[in-house]
Amino acid sequence: MPKLIRMDHTGHSTLGEWTAPGGADFEAAVEAFRRELDSGYIGVVPEGPGRATQVTELPAEADLVVMRRPIAGG
Amino acid sequence: MAATADHSPAPSALSELGAVPWRPRASSRSLRNWGRLWTAWTVLGTVPFLVAAVVLFVLQPLSFPVGLACLAHAWIIPELYAYRGVNVVRPKSPRNERSEPAAQGLLGDLLDHDPRVLQHETGLALEPGRLGVWLVAEAGALLIPPGGRRVNCFCVGTRERELPPSDRTSHLLLALRTDEEGFATVANRAFSGAAWRVRRRLPRGQRPALAAARRAAREMAR
Repeated sequence: MPKLIRMDHTGHSTLGEWTAPGGADFEAAVEAFRRELDSGYIGVVPEGPGRATQVTELPAEADLVVMRRPIAGG
Repeated sequence: MAATADHSPAPSALSELGAVPWRPRASSRSLRNWGRLWTAWTVLGTVPFLVAAVVLFVLQPLSFPVGLACLAHAWIIPELYAYRGVNVVRPKSPRNERSEPAAQGLLGDLLDHDPRVLQHETGLALEPGRLGVWLVAEAGALLIPPGGRRVNCFCVGTRERELPPSDRTSHLLLALRTDEEGFATVANRAFSGAAWRVRRRLPRGQRPALAAARRAAREMAR
């Protein structure tokens, strides 16, 4: 089942899971996704080794969407 | 309205680039030039001491203690630079131990089998890219360009202090996969030098990761 997670102090938290686009569970995940974007998180879809895509809207067909914090030079 | 199914707008550039607009985008060429600059800087920092040691000894053999001090300087300066470079991937003290297993699980899911085993053993996630082979840690990354002779050290991380170490590594891995050149642009450059120099300063437990990355980088050059 596709899942939206956020990397945080717990390791990661599941913010939403959905079965199909358009359903109530997907709409709830979209809301959660937008909330995280507003609070400074970045959405990323891992696409296997070497590939990931930054997203600004929740892609319904992705298996996993990860919310991460911005990085910066140390 | 519900989100669209394409990954729109599919920005290929890392969003963090907006925080460093003055930096030119990194490329193989710019990293090669940076490496050459480091080599020149190292030569400039060591050769004068070597010359001084020899000249002093030729002029007055009894000045050998000063000559030895010069030789020590010539040896210590590059070693300190390499030490600083390796610091970016040196293991930090254990933190957030309660949430680390969950974070380690997610990081493991992001990696293939061999890199997952290597990361578990060494703390470094091996990630081949276009610029070379990366070793990603929680607060920095090493880039071994094709050929495997040089190592570039980058200091970069997330500022979120409460994250467990593996989540910090996952942050960097996902950013790297999103935009490799952008990642190399956002990261601060700590050191560039010979792989043998970096290996000497690397903790023993992490050396297998460097060896694996160098092998992969040599393969890449063929």
